[in-house]
Amino acid sequence: MNEFMQTSLFAGAAISLLAYMLGAWLKKRFHSGIFNPLLISIVVTIVILLTMKVDYDTYNAGAKYLSWFLTPATVCLAIPLYEQLALLKKYPVAVAAGIVSGVLTSLVMVLVLALLFGLDQREFVTFLPKSITTAIGMSVSEELGGHVNITVLVIVVTGVLGNILAEPVFKLFRIQEPIAKGLALGSSAHAIGTAKAMELGEIEGAMSSLSIAVAGILTVVGASIFSWIYSVL
Amino acid sequence: MNYLKQFLIILSISFIGEILKAVLPLPVPASIYGMAILFVCLLTGALRLEQVRGAGKFLIEVMPVMFIPAGVGLMASWDILQPMLVPVAVITVVVLVAVMAVSGRVSQAIIRHGKGKKHE
Repeated sequence: MNEFMQTSLFAGAAISLLAYMLGAWLKKRFHSGIFNPLLISIVVTIVILLTMKVDYDTYNAGAKYLSWFLTPATVCLAIPLYEQLALLKKYPVAVAAGIVSGVLTSLVMVLVLALLFGLDQREFVTFLPKSITTAIGMSVSEELGGHVNITVLVIVVTGVLGNILAEPVFKLFRIQEPIAKGLALGSSAHAIGTAKAMELGEIEGAMSSLSIAVAGILTVVGASIFSWIYSVL
Repeated sequence: MNYLKQFLIILSISFIGEILKAVLPLPVPASIYGMAILFVCLLTGALRLEQVRGAGKFLIEVMPVMFIPAGVGLMASWDILQPMLVPVAVITVVVLVAVMAVSGRVSQAIIRHGKGKKHE
């Protein structure tokens, strides 16, 4: 089977899509943030490859074409940003302060914890883009020389946990304003958090999707500065 | 044909992003240059929303699928991940809660400050 898989260009991509559909179905069936289609598809695909004794390079020979669309798709994040521009203009200070404070908290906390755990430079930059959307975070990690696969794992798990923990965290820290909730979800848990924000309400959803692009761009700049700081520490 | 035209615009912008990445000595991914270009084009009216919206929304909707190969790559980098499991778990959770709390509290303070002023 492995021999055939090695010549097949479509097996890897087909298995990935099938696993994703299964994840999407589970999410619809159980209505829970734990059933994230991306997380499920990654686990299911790994299990299938291990059972069939197919190695990663063989799988990726075909599956890599799925990632080919990533750059054009990321470019398109400008579209929701443009659509939410009116909101940014309406609450400029609150939006700017919410997102900037979120991005800074993320970078500073990663730096502090990395020092605490004694991580090396490569491990540190792996975590730097953890709070932003996978598309941008993956490129940041790659650009700075991080372990891209681990970055993707951390980003996706962050999103899923953010989706689940949002309401308890809001209660604990008494965050009640819809705008504040949206900004908090978007800058801490990116697109997966935005799904939760949309459940909470229209303002929350719009604020959250605005935060994805803005926090992403700010992190591109901030991460390269923090990467330099860590290298001289 | 319409979708094809939209996709052509998006790919061309991605290509310009690649050129900028090659020319400029900054650690900025090509996709971010492209995103900035598309945003400016929409702002200035050089492109209308309808000229990219259909294909763009589709690409964004199916985006999670594009991360599956990178995620599955964990099976190849398990040796690197395994000794890092504790930092990975701690950093993931602690930073998440901290960012959510700070961003929410800061923006809420500003919104309420603004509201208070209006009542004075």
